[in-house]
Amino acid sequence: MSIDVKFFASLREQIGKSDIQIESTDSLTCAKIWAQVCNNAPLPSHILMAVNKEYAVQSAPVQDGDEVAFFPPVTGG
Amino acid sequence: MPKQLKHSKVLIVGLGGLGAPVSLYLAAAGVGHLVLVDYDHVDLSNLQRQIIHKTSHIGQEKTVSAQIKLQALVPELQITRFNQRLSKTSLNNMLSDINVVVDCSDNFMTRFAINAACVENGTPLVSGAAVRWKGQVAVFLPAQKHSPCYRCLYNNTEDETETCSQMGILAPLVGIIGSIQALEVIKVLLGIGQSLCGKLLTFDAYTETWRTLKLRKDPACPVCSQLITDN
Ligand SMILES: [Zn+2]
Repeated sequence: MSIDVKFFASLREQIGKSDIQIESTDSLTCAKIWAQVCNNAPLPSHILMAVNKEYAVQSAPVQDGDEVAFFPPVTGG
Repeated sequence: MPKQLKHSKVLIVGLGGLGAPVSLYLAAAGVGHLVLVDYDHVDLSNLQRQIIHKTSHIGQEKTVSAQIKLQALVPELQITRFNQRLSKTSLNNMLSDINVVVDCSDNFMTRFAINAACVENGTPLVSGAAVRWKGQVAVFLPAQKHSPCYRCLYNNTEDETETCSQMGILAPLVGIIGSIQALEVIKVLLGIGQSLCGKLLTFDAYTETWRTLKLRKDPACPVCSQLITDN
């Protein structure tokens, strides 16, 4: 299956891309996608995730054709 | 100017980059009573983005500095100042007659404390945040059974994240996010339009990308889930 992965703000800078397409034959979750793109780096607890623009948890399953987006935490004011 | 605004009392936590446009627009729009909460003093480094404060107010309490500007704008505006760090008790005491709380603070601990108090008191919360190139706004209406709360989004850990004073921020970005917060407060007060309740609006200023995420109440949320009695 094919997943469209998006990174926003400081994550986009760290990863160097805003958009990555990943292919997989395994079943995937948000956390597994993060691990695959970020060389198994742990997924920080304050990162927000969305599958098809809906808030999702780390263990949320992802289907073929889904868009998964990662947002860094923002608390400044 | 709608009467409901004149009779409204809005609590603003943080008179920094977001609190500046929030308080100025709410005062100008006709909100009758603002409660200003900030324990900090005006610093030269604030002035680049905290447009309510001015050079001659450096060293003054932010709530005093803000009050001077707001009352010059709207002489009949009622203002209550609170110049201490918030505690659970002080927050709960303040919320008894507040119509909307606007979170313009700059750290997770304060945000979690404000959220918990709003859930406990059923008080609408308009939450905004911004740092570097990124901003976000959400509205929580704890009196509505299916409204998520801030704690449904983030785990309550001690980790701190980037602050504007450490990481920098582009001044207009807090203007944009704060203006949206003020807009959402007015909509909640007047009960008009579609509020951002149940949604998180995010803005990446670098790529000029806006996104709206649909939020869900976390059935295991330690702050708001015990309020669910049925489906
Ligand atoms: Zn919650």
